[in-house]
This record gives sequence, structure tokens and C-alpha cells, in this order.
Amino acid sequence: MGGVQKKKFDRGAATNYITRNRARKKLQLSLADFRRLCILKGIYPHEPKHKKKVNRGSTAPRTFYLMKDIRFLLHEPIVGKFREYKIFVRKLRKAYGKSEWSGVTRLKDNKPVYKLDHIIKERYPTFIDALRDVDDALSMGFLFSTFARTGKCHVQTIQLCRRLTVEWMNYVITSRALKKVFLSIKGIYYQAEVLGQTITWLVPYQFSHDHPTDVDYRVMATFTEMYTTLMGFINFRLYSSLNLVYPPKKLSALSSCLARVVSSVEEDEAQMDHFPVEGEDVEQMEAREKEHKEQEAQRRLFEGLKFFVNREVPRESLAFVLRCFGAQVSWDKSLCIGAAYDVTDETITHHIADRPNMEKQYINRYYIQPQWVYDSINSKICLPVEDYFLGVTLPPHLSPFVEEKEGDYVPPEKLRIMALQRGELTDFFSILVQDEDEEDDEDDDDEDEEEEEEEEEEEEEEKEDEQNLKKMETQRSQGKVTPGKVKKEDRGRLEQEEKAEEKRLAIMMMKKKEKYLYDKIMFGKKRKVREANKLTAKRKAHDDASKTDKKKKAKKQ
Amino acid sequence: MPTTSDQDAKVEPRAAMSKTPEKRSKTSEKRSKTPEKRRAEEEEDEEEELLPVDVEGSSLALEGSSDSEESLFSGLEESGSDSEEDDEDEEEEGVPGSAVDPDGGNSQETVEEGEERGMTEKERALLKDKTDEYDHDSSDEEDIRNTVGNIPMEWYKDFPHIGYDLDGKKILKPIRNKDELDDFLDKMENPDYWRTVPDKQTGSEIVLTDDQVDLVHRLQRGQFGDVNFNQYQPTVEFFSGEVMIHPVTNRPEDKRSFIPSLIEKAKVSKLVHAIKMGWIRPRRSKEERAEEAGRYYDLWASEDPNAILGRHKMHVPAPKLRLPGHEESYNPPPEYLLSEEERLAWEQLDPEDRKTTYLPRKFSCLRAVPSYSRFIHERFERCLDLYLCPRQRKMRVNVNPEDLIPKLPKPKDLQPFPTTQSLVYRGHTGLIRSISVSPTGQWLLSGSDDGTVRFWEVVSSRCLKTVQVGGAVRSVAWNPNPAVCLVAVAVGCDVLLLCPSLGDRLLIGSTEQLLSSYQPPEEKGEELVVWTTAEGEEHSQGVRLRLTHPKAVQQVVWHSKGDYLSSVMPQPSSHLQVLVHQVSRRRSQNPFRRSKGLVQCVSFHPLRPYFFVATQRSVRVYNLIKQEMTKKLQANSKWISSMAVHPAGDNVICGSYDCRLAWFDLDLSTKPYKMLRHHKKAVRGVAYHPSYPLFASASDDGSVIVCHGTVYNDLLQNPLIVPVKVLRGHTVTNDLGVLDVTFHPSQPWLFSCGADATIRLFT
Repeated sequence: MGGVQKKKFDRGAATNYITRNRARKKLQLSLADFRRLCILKGIYPHEPKHKKKVNRGSTAPRTFYLMKDIRFLLHEPIVGKFREYKIFVRKLRKAYGKSEWSGVTRLKDNKPVYKLDHIIKERYPTFIDALRDVDDALSMGFLFSTFARTGKCHVQTIQLCRRLTVEWMNYVITSRALKKVFLSIKGIYYQAEVLGQTITWLVPYQFSHDHPTDVDYRVMATFTEMYTTLMGFINFRLYSSLNLVYPPKKLSALSSCLARVVSSVEEDEAQMDHFPVEGEDVEQMEAREKEHKEQEAQRRLFEGLKFFVNREVPRESLAFVLRCFGAQVSWDKSLCIGAAYDVTDETITHHIADRPNMEKQYINRYYIQPQWVYDSINSKICLPVEDYFLGVTLPPHLSPFVEEKEGDYVPPEKLRIMALQRGELTDFFSILVQDEDEEDDEDDDDEDEEEEEEEEEEEEEEKEDEQNLKKMETQRSQGKVTPGKVKKEDRGRLEQEEKAEEKRLAIMMMKKKEKYLYDKIMFGKKRKVREANKLTAKRKAHDDASKTDKKKKAKKQ
Repeated sequence: MPTTSDQDAKVEPRAAMSKTPEKRSKTSEKRSKTPEKRRAEEEEDEEEELLPVDVEGSSLALEGSSDSEESLFSGLEESGSDSEEDDEDEEEEGVPGSAVDPDGGNSQETVEEGEERGMTEKERALLKDKTDEYDHDSSDEEDIRNTVGNIPMEWYKDFPHIGYDLDGKKILKPIRNKDELDDFLDKMENPDYWRTVPDKQTGSEIVLTDDQVDLVHRLQRGQFGDVNFNQYQPTVEFFSGEVMIHPVTNRPEDKRSFIPSLIEKAKVSKLVHAIKMGWIRPRRSKEERAEEAGRYYDLWASEDPNAILGRHKMHVPAPKLRLPGHEESYNPPPEYLLSEEERLAWEQLDPEDRKTTYLPRKFSCLRAVPSYSRFIHERFERCLDLYLCPRQRKMRVNVNPEDLIPKLPKPKDLQPFPTTQSLVYRGHTGLIRSISVSPTGQWLLSGSDDGTVRFWEVVSSRCLKTVQVGGAVRSVAWNPNPAVCLVAVAVGCDVLLLCPSLGDRLLIGSTEQLLSSYQPPEEKGEELVVWTTAEGEEHSQGVRLRLTHPKAVQQVVWHSKGDYLSSVMPQPSSHLQVLVHQVSRRRSQNPFRRSKGLVQCVSFHPLRPYFFVATQRSVRVYNLIKQEMTKKLQANSKWISSMAVHPAGDNVICGSYDCRLAWFDLDLSTKPYKMLRHHKKAVRGVAYHPSYPLFASASDDGSVIVCHGTVYNDLLQNPLIVPVKVLRGHTVTNDLGVLDVTFHPSQPWLFSCGADATIRLFT
């Protein structure tokens, strides 16, 4: 009926997406600048539902961005700054080429700078949004602050990262926000709760890095640029929430308090308001109150204790962690500034060292390994120090981030700590007994497996029956009668079998789609059980081996 | 020209230095002297002392003189082995050649020497400066005995002569070359051996004088040839850094040095213009810049909690990194450490397939923990993930698997149904293809591949009668009419009608009577099937009639009234696949004119005049009275194996070789109401219970599944199908399990026969 022929790919999904190259052309940016812009603005590609439709009929692998995102980038003022910078670089090159040294210095002095404030505000409209996303910023900041001046990034960046991370740590100390610490093989994980947000970050161990060659440091630097700005604003806000001046002065040693006033303020805050509530909520209220009390107790875990950190121990981490829980920390004067007291101080309660033995030991203090501090924090109680003396084989260090659900494998050490938390376990040697009990419990978990085997068992039973039948037949044909035996019937077992059969029959009647889903879920569950069983078996083998070893040793002696 | 002489002096020692030590000793040791020569040499020595330059000059000239000085230098400076040889040659030739000149050659010089003797050294030096050095250069008139020039002397290696003298005559080589022995003797006896040097150009030997040897020694030590030359004389600077009071030049100042520069003016005005236009900004101080970069303030002072993220609602926040588990600890519990095989398996896996990016490790103390080598890598990968990975919200359905299981009535509530195996009927030696129960439920009939048909008493599992039929029995069927005791057996191309002679005698009698009362019709048409009455031994075994078919018969089925029976002869693309026989009139007919595919099995409707024909993929329902097809049921399966019709006649089940069981509700649709995939292998047989709401399916996996299938009278209510029991007992032999099932007509009992040559009763 006439009319204009409809063009393909003019409407629908094809117009909602744009490939990266076309987006780059639309923005008139080089690939590097486009990448930088995407990083700063937090733009990421999208996977279209129908790739072929979006890709104009082709199936070539392409990265797609949302058209909206790209349109949103079009009026970004920072794009102009990128262009300015490009021009600046060109001018500088020219000046170098002409050996106009004064021109070079003049250009360098007027190097175009751009601010990311508006981008931060735009990406994180509220402060809580920003806090929620600070994990990566912190990890990156801590990484960059450990870089040496090797030219992988600007020295100013390293210094800024160092400053911001130290400020952050000081905030965590003053607000006593730290919750969990984990010594992993990668580094030290910290988890803090700031304004209700759980924030986890990873700090590498204090070693120089061997910089990999296949890492694009420009990408990392761009991220760091954004993250430092974000962290600066967050720190400002956090400090001002504590009524503190930002930026603070001289913090790097992590020894001095930000403000002595803060602690008293917190005490007032500790008392919760009571609102008249209806009957149902009373329980909840009580639970909440209890939780609050627990938290408060955790915050004061090391209060009143006086620590001395030996020089072979990671000082910064320990000082940070200990001070987060109210302890006093000091170290050797020659190690770092800010040492509050000396080794000879008689009031020191714990001396943290990481060597097999120490020559000169004071009587009135515990000499412990650093793991004690971390384990105590994670278990929220001061663990018995006996396990952590110098030269003692340490108990395993468990991850505080694992929350075991039903059916998951729980290492026995965790069970022990849980018992300690409940206050059940005061005797150190009752652990072994406990362990054995647990093993019995674990046996019950195997029931699921039994179910699977039941089918086979039944078949076997039937076979047995048949054999019996055959026997009987032969006997009867021979004219022999043997006295029958009373078969004991386990009623419980019978019932179980019946139920299992019912279930099997019901499963047979499932629809195809549901059956698929069910099989998938059950596969996952079985795998979990299998993994847990494997771990238990491994543990048992290990324990047995160690036991026999011990026995052998005892015999030798 | 002191400079040139200096150069010469410097060059020579180098040449001397480059000599190999052995050669040096050789030259120094060669010393042969005659008294008169000695005198002359002394004179020369004196001269040499006085005029070292001349010596050098002459030596240079003697070396062939065509070379310029530079070329010589360049040659000398090369320290290559080839050039070294040349240098040595030159040295050996040059030094002595210049000095020795034994007799007449130096007569002029001696005269000169005599003249000069009176002068002081200083005067002589002055004189030397003034006089042209070539004046007493004797190089021109030097007796050049050999005129070949400066060429490698190896060229004359093969000739008896080594060149030509001034007269153009050949200079012959010494007649006898010195051999090693001569040389040795010479070395032992001749005290001047060490200072004797062979002249290659002339072939003669030259003995160096003491002064020449001294000179050689000095040069070797790197000293100047002249003993008296002071190399450390004070320098006279003709230009110094000190500012003098007097100008260097006397030139008056230019005018342009008083007036301002135009170029500068242009430059300045350019800068001024640029500043005015804002192109050049005054430079900022460092503090200013630092402050500008790192100035923080309360960014969220006026935050709007309702503000959606700057862009749009589609934004998905980046997922947080997974938190580490126990295995990442520096000191994990021992069960998390990988064993040797696990570690190997981990290493062999592709890095992308690995569950963890690291190997769990245990360290005895925190001090021993090294840095993590992939730290920067992992952070970088996280960065890449953040800006390169498409993000998607995944709806995770949290389904309780128990909820997925359909809620069915408990099998307990659906009793009775067969639950246990109670009897096994043994006796057949081949696999049993078919079984059938008598309408009273007292007898059981089975046909086997061992060529026998056996009659069993159901209750006692005794075999009452065995009939040899002479071929594998494909199918057996007991006449459903309780008033007749007749059995149909399909063997090869025949269908036998047997009278088992079991049970009530009256019944048997009536059956016999029925069969014998047949009156053959007058006119006999063309018969498809030949009906023959059995006689003799066959008759005594029980066979009454034999229906000989043109092809092998697969199945026989009785109509519920017991007069008609149908036989199936599956044959692709043949119209003669199904035959319907009438026993009372001994007549057979072919109901179908055209083939509709390979017929698998047929069945009569229990109540109405319908006829079911199952082909490979569908079931056709024919109305026998109207003689037309009423329905075609699509059994969504590849190959139908068996079929059974519900006693009420409205439902049909079809078993198929692709493990499925299709339940058709004829009132509902031509598509299966339910497909049951209970079996793991091909379904071989299906059966309905005549009175109880039960049906069963037998399969090659050796199991019989009994299902409860209630059919409601209400048309709107769908049948209820619940599997109630899986019966096992048959052993799978040759990949064949249970081949046929049938229910007891009145009890909830089930018979099954299988490839293991047994029949089993489940009650």
C-alpha cells in the first residue's frame, strides 16, 4: 500500500545500544581517553539480550554500551579538559623540540588540572552510597601507598594515598569501627562497620612489589585518581562527623589519639533510647539491646591492656588493630616515631614477638605471637594465651568471614572457639573429647547419601530374597523343612524406606522442566555434601596420622 | 718544527712496544762487530745523540718513504695481528738501516759532523731549527741496494733473488739459508747474536751498535729518543682565564649596543599580547597547585536521599569481591591444604578453570609469610572487571526442592496394588514373549521361544500342560469369553486355536461342540487364510484349528465377546497386515484396503465396535460398523511397542521403545494426556487391570512399574495417575528385561514374563 519502506535496525534494540568504537567516534575521543572517561564516570558495557539484533545482523563479538550512557557522557565537562591536556602535551613536545626551556617550565607550571568533585557527587548522590563503594578505593589506596618511587606512578599519588589511608585508619581507630581481621596469604583483610556499612579492604604485606609487565598502570592510575578524590571527601565527612578538623596533622605512627574528647562522647552514645513498644517487639528489642551490649564489649576487648610490639612484627597492622580495641601500644624507639613507652616498662601486659625464643624475658608479661591478637578479635574474646606462646605450634587461623550454614563443614577449631564464646569450655583439654562428639554428629549428615544408595540396596535385597526363595524351593522339592527364623523388623527403618519410595515415585511424576531444576538443585546440594565429607575425611586422616606420630614419639621416649 | 718531531718521537716507542718480546731479545742479541765498524758507529752514535730527529727522519725515509706520515700512524695505531708483523718488519728494517750505513754512505755526514764539532749544543739546536732538515737528510743518496720498494718481501719467496740493485741486476739471496742448527750455533758462539738483525730487503745481517740498542731500549720503555729532552718543561700559557686590564681588541663599541633591541621588543610585545589575551597565565606557586588539587570539603552537605544515581535507574552497582574463606589463611586448618594429587591437578588446570587463583599454603609463623606475587595482578583484574564487564542483575530463584515435588496421594491410600513378588513360574527354557490369563483367573498361559506353550495353575505355580507347537511362540491369547475354553497361539505363519482341556468339563464339552458344529458353506470364495482342522497327534495335544497365514504372525487378539480374533502380520507397505477372523464361521477378512504404515499391534474396543491399530508413531481408531477411521492418536514417540485399552474404553496407553508411556484420553484430545518417562529403557508391554484402577508397564530395564490410574465418570475430571510401585525381580538377559505383563482378571495381581525364562506373580 505504498509508504516508505521500513529500514532495518532503525528502531528497537539496535538503537538502544552502541558499540564501543562508534561510541568513541561519537565522543571524538581516543581510545585511551574514552577508557579514562568510562572509568571516571563508572560507565560499563551492557550485554544485550539479542546480540544479533543489536549487532545489525552480525554475530561478531563486540562490546556494547547503552546509548543512554554514551549520551550522558556527551556533555561531560571533563571531556573538554581531556582535550586541553592533549593540547598541553602537544605544546610541551613542541617546546622541547625547539629547546625553549623557559617555555617548557611555563607550560609545566600551567599544566591543566581537572577536578573530579562533580563526578563523585554525581556517582554517589548520598554519603552512604559513597561509603558502600569505598571497598575498592581503600584496597587500591593501600596498595598504592606501598609502592616505591619506581616511576610506576607519580610520587604525589603515592604520598596522597599514604596520607588518605592513614587518615582512614585513624578514623577507624577513633570510632572503634573495626570488626574483623584476617591474615591471608595475600595480605591482611580488615572489616569495619562504618555508619552501618560493612567495609572490607585488603592491605598487602609490607614488601616491595615486583611490578608485573602485563599490567596497564594507566588504568590503575586512573582508578586511583578517582578513588583518592572519593576517599578524601569521605574522610572529610567522617572526620567532621567526629567533630574533628580535617586534614589532621601528623598521624603516620598511629600512636596518638585524634582527640581525647571523642571517647567520652561515645560513652554517652552507648546508652540506647527506649521507646514504648508493643508486646511483640519487646523480644526483638531485647535481642537488639543484647547485641548492642555485645558489640560494646567487643569494642573494649583490649581495654586496659598494654602491648609492646617487637621489631619483627608488622607494626602498623598491629598498632592499628590493637588501638581499635582500646589497647595501648608501643614499640622500640628506633623502629618508628611515636613510641609511648619502653620495653622496660613494668606495666606492659603483653609482649608481641614473632621469634622462637627471647633471651631476656620479663616475668610479669605474656610473650605471645601476633596471631593471638587477630584470633581474639575475630572470636570477640581474649583467647587463652597458652596456645600462642613463643615457639608453640600455632592453632589454625580461621577466616572470620565464613558463616557456616547447616550442612557446611565446620572445622573443629571453630567449634572450639564457639564453645569458648559461650563460656562452656574453660578447660583446655576438654577439646579433644568435644572433637570426638562432633565426629558422631557428622555421621548423621551422611544420611542423605544413604537415600541415594537405598535404591541399590533394595535391589540387593530383592536379589537376596530371590536367593532365599530358590533355596526354599530346592529344600521343598527335597522334602526338607527348616525352621524359620524370626526376622526383626525395624519399624523406623521401614517407615523411612516407605517415605523414600514415596518420594522417588513422586519424583517420577514431575514435569520435565521441574525435574531439570530439581536435578540441578540436588546436584548442587550433593556436591556440597561431598565437599564437606571430603574435608571431614581429610581432617580425620590428618588427626589419625598426628595421633600415631605422637604415640610413636611417646614409645621412643 | 718541534711539533712534528714530537709526534715522531711519540709514535716510535709505540711501534717498539708492539714488538713481541722474543723478537726484541733477538734483535738485541745480534751483535757482530768489526773494529773499524765500531769506530764508525761511534761517530754515528754521537750524531744520533745530537740529532735524534734526523735519525727518525731517515728511518722514515728508509721505510719506503712513499707512505705519508699519517698512513704510517694509522698503520701503527692498529693493533691487529697482521699489521703488527708489518710494523715489526719496518722496525727491523728501519732502525738499523738508518743507523748503520757502514761505509761510504755516510761520508758526507761525517764531514758535517766535523764542522759542527766545535759548536755548543745550543748553537747546534738553533742551527737545526734554522737549517732545513732535508739539508742533511741522507735519504736521497742512501744506497738503496734493493729497488723493489716497500712491498711485502714474500712476493720474492719463490725466486732465487730478492730484488734488483740500482743497476738493475738481481740481488741474489744468500746461497745457503741458515737452518735451525746454524742458528743455534750462531747463538751459542756469536756474542753479538742478540744484536744482529736480518735485513729482509738485502738478505744481509746487520749488527746494532750500543747506541742503537740503547735507543731501542729507550723507545721500548716509552721514553723519548733524545736522552736530553726534558718532557716536563714548564708550559707557557698564551691565553688565560684571568681578566686583564686591557681589552683584547681596540675596536670601538657598535651603535647597536646602545639602542634597545628590536627583536627583543617584538618578543616582549608578543608576550604582553599573550598575557593580555589570557594565553599565558602567571605561573602558580607549588603550594597553590597542591592545594587546588587536594582540597576537600563536605561534598554531601546538601544530599538528596531521593536522588537517583546521576544517570538512570538501570545502573547496577558493582558487586563486592568475594570474602576469603579458611583456605586463604596463612595458617589454615590442615584439611584445607591440598594433597599432592590435588596440587598437581590444580597446576594442570587452565588458570581460568581453577577454583582458586592461589594454592593454599601453611606458614608456621607470621614472620615467614612472603609477599603475594599476584597482588597487583588481582587488583588490576578487579579494575578491569569494574570498567569492562557487562553487569546484569541475575534473579536467583530460591526454590525449595521439596516444593517442586508434586503432591500426590500416598500409595498407601491407593491400595490394593501388587507389592511383592510371591510366585515364580519356572519351566520354559527360552525367553517368554507372551502370557495370558484365563477369564476365570485360574490358569495362566505362556508362549516361549523354546517352541512350547505352557499352561500353569496360577495358585500353585505348577505347569499343568505343555504343548509343543514347533516354533517360537510370538503371542498367546486366552479367549475372554468365560463360556468358551479356547486359546489362540501365534506360531510362525500359523495361528493355532487350542483347547486346553482344563477346568470345568462342561465348559470343555461346550467348546468342543462349538468347534465341531461348524458347517462349511456351499460356495467357497478365495480365502486369504486357510482354516484346517487339526487331527491325530495334534488333536490329542489340544490343537483344534490351524489358521495358516501368508506371512509370519506377530500378535493375536481376541474380541471381548470371544468370537472374533485379529492377527497382525507386520510388513512394511503391505495392505495385508491385519486380519480379522471369525471362529464360529471360520472366516477371515482383511479390513484395510491400504497400508498406513507398519502395524505394531491391534486391539478391540472392549464395549463398542471400535478397532485400534497402532502403527509406528500413531494409533488409529476405526469404527468397524461404519468402516471408517474415527481418530488418529499422535503418540509423541518414535516407535510404539505395545498398547492397551482401558476396560471402560475411553483411555488408551501406549508403550514405546523410547522409554515412554503415553496415556491418551480419547474424549480429551488426540495428543497424549500424559507422557510418563518412568523407565530407563524401552517399554515392552503395557496392561490395564480389568477391574481395579491399575495399569502396569514392563520395560527392558527389568522393572515393572505399577501405576494407579483412576478414570472418572465425570468427563470434566481428568484421570488421576500416580505411580505406586516399582516391581523388580526379572534379571536382564541379553539386554532384554520384562517382555509382557498382564493383570489377574479379578485380583490385584500382576503377572510378568521376561527374557530370563520365568514368569512372576506379584501380589
